[in-house]
Amino acid sequence: MTVSTESASAYDVAKIREDFPVLARRLDGDKPLVYLDSANTSHKPQVVIDAVADHYAMHNANVARAMHQLGAEATAAFEGARDKVARFVGAPSRDEVVFTKNATEALNLVAHVLGSVRGSRQIGASSEIVITEMEHHSNIVPWQLLCERTGARLRWFGITDDGRLDLGALDELVNEHTSVVSLTWVSNALGTVNPLAPIIERAHEVGALVVVDASQAVPQLPVDLGSLGADFVAFTGHKMVGPTGIGVLWGRYDLLAELPPFLGGGEMIATVSMERSTYAAPPSRFEAGTPQIAQAVGLGAAVDYLESMGMKAVAEHERAITAYALERLQEVGGLRIVGPTEAVDRGGAISFELAGVHPHDISQLLDSQGIAVRAGHHCAKPVHARFGVQSTARASFYLYTTTAEVDALVEGLEHTKRFFKV
Amino acid sequence: MDLDGLYQEIILDHYRNPHGKGLREPFEAEVHHVNPTCGDEITLRVHLVGDTVADVSYDAEGCSISQASASVLNDLLIGKSVGAAMGLLADFQALMQGRGTIEPDEETLEDGVAFAGVAKFPARIKCALLSWMAWKDATSQAVTLKEDA
Repeated sequence: MTVSTESASAYDVAKIREDFPVLARRLDGDKPLVYLDSANTSHKPQVVIDAVADHYAMHNANVARAMHQLGAEATAAFEGARDKVARFVGAPSRDEVVFTKNATEALNLVAHVLGSVRGSRQIGASSEIVITEMEHHSNIVPWQLLCERTGARLRWFGITDDGRLDLGALDELVNEHTSVVSLTWVSNALGTVNPLAPIIERAHEVGALVVVDASQAVPQLPVDLGSLGADFVAFTGHKMVGPTGIGVLWGRYDLLAELPPFLGGGEMIATVSMERSTYAAPPSRFEAGTPQIAQAVGLGAAVDYLESMGMKAVAEHERAITAYALERLQEVGGLRIVGPTEAVDRGGAISFELAGVHPHDISQLLDSQGIAVRAGHHCAKPVHARFGVQSTARASFYLYTTTAEVDALVEGLEHTKRFFKV
Repeated sequence: MDLDGLYQEIILDHYRNPHGKGLREPFEAEVHHVNPTCGDEITLRVHLVGDTVADVSYDAEGCSISQASASVLNDLLIGKSVGAAMGLLADFQALMQGRGTIEPDEETLEDGVAFAGVAKFPARIKCALLSWMAWKDATSQAVTLKEDA
C-alpha cells in the first residue's frame, strides 16, 4: 500500500518541514534526522521561535501589573494568547483557560483543589476516584495523593487485550460514590483513542466530575470543548509545536468559580490584609505569581500555526501516517505492537517490542542511524505491566512526519536485528 | 558513533548467556534497585562468609548493557574479600565516569574492560552501574548486619 499524504493537494509535508529548522539537521555520521518522538515533545516552527524571541527582544515586561507601554504590550500579547487558545479548543469562555507550567501541573491543580473543596463536593473516605490502567503517571499519582489525603478509594478501568478500555463494568465502576473520573483521551503508550461520550454521560448521571488528559489529543485532533461535555481538560504546549513551560487547564467556568485557589501569591488575589485574603476570579485565581509570559506568546503563535494548517488536515495526516506505519511495522519479523494494530480510533504513538532486542538497545541502534524514538515505560508503567512487558520502544508522528521516515524506521529495525543477530 | 565500541562481542555474549543469574539461598541481604528513567530493575542478594563474598545472586530485567554488567559482576566479585570487591567497584565506577579517557586494567577488571566504550554514551552509564550499585547497597547491609550480630 502506498499512502499519498505527500501528494495530497492541500497538505504538503515537504513544504511544512521547511517551517521547522531542526528537521534539516544532520546528526553524527552525516545522518539526516528522522524524528519519531513527537508524542514526547514536538518540534517548533520558525514562527513560534520568532514569536518568543520577539517578545523578549521588543516587548518584555511583566503582565497585568506594569502600567507602562511595554507592560501594556506584554499584557495584550499574554491575554491575546489566552484568546487564541480558547478559540482553538472551542472553549465557551476565555476565562476558562488557566495557564499552567504543563499538563502535569494542570492535573495536579485539579486534583489538589478538588481535595480542598468543602460542602456537597467534598471528597472523603466514602468517595471513589476512577482512572484507567492506561494513564500516564501524571494522571495517576496526583489522584493517589488525593486519596492519601482524603481517604478516598482509587479505582480504575482495565484494558482489553487489544488495547481498548474495558467499559464492561462502567456502571459498577462509576457509581453514586464516584466523585471524579479522570482519563486520557488518547493514550501516550498504546495510541488508543478512548470513547469519552459514554463515560462522561455515566459520570454525570451519578454526579461525578470528569477530568480529561488531552495531552496527546489537542495536538492531533480538532477539539471543541464546548460540546465535549467534560468538566476539566488538561493539555500542554510543547506537544503542539509550542514552547516548553506552558500548559493549559480548561475548566467549566461555574466550577472554576466555586473552587478554592491552588498556589497563593501575587495576581491571584482580590485583596490581602495581614489577617486574610480574598481571591481573584478565574482564571487569575489559579495563576499565582508572574506567569509564563513568553511561553504563552509562543503557544499563541503555535495555535495560529496549527489553525493555518487546519486541524482536520493535521488529524487526517496523522491517521494516514499511522495506518502506513502500522502496516509497515507488522512486516518486521519478531515485532509485536503493544496497543491497537489498526488505525481505527487510534493516535499516532506506536509502542512495540522486537524479539531478542531490548527496547533501549533498539533505541540506541536507531539513534546511531539518526532515528529518534523513545524507549522505556513512557511514564506509563501500569499499562506496560498490563501487557506483561517491562518496557517498549515507541515511534510517534506529527504533522511533519513523512512515509519515507517510516520506511527509514523499518530499515533501521532490520539493521538492528542484523546487528544483534536475531 | 562508535556502536561496536559500545556493544562489544563480550558484552553481547554475557547478555545472551548471563553468568550466575537466578536468586539463591543463603543470603544476608537482598535489595531491589530500579533505574526510574528507563525501568530497568534488579533484585540482588549477597551472601558473605567471613570477609568473603561467597555468592552474588540476582534476577534482573533490562537492556543488554545492564544485563551483561550484572553477569560480569558475578564473575568478578564472587570469591573476593569485601575490601577487594569494593576496590573493583571503585575501578569500574571510575571507568564508567571517565568519559572514555581511562585505560582499564584487564588484569583486575577482566571482562569488565569491555564496558570502556559505554563511558562515551552518557545515557547508558546508569545501565552499566545498576547491578554494581545494587551490590554495594546489599553488601553494606550484609556487613552492618554482621557487625551488629
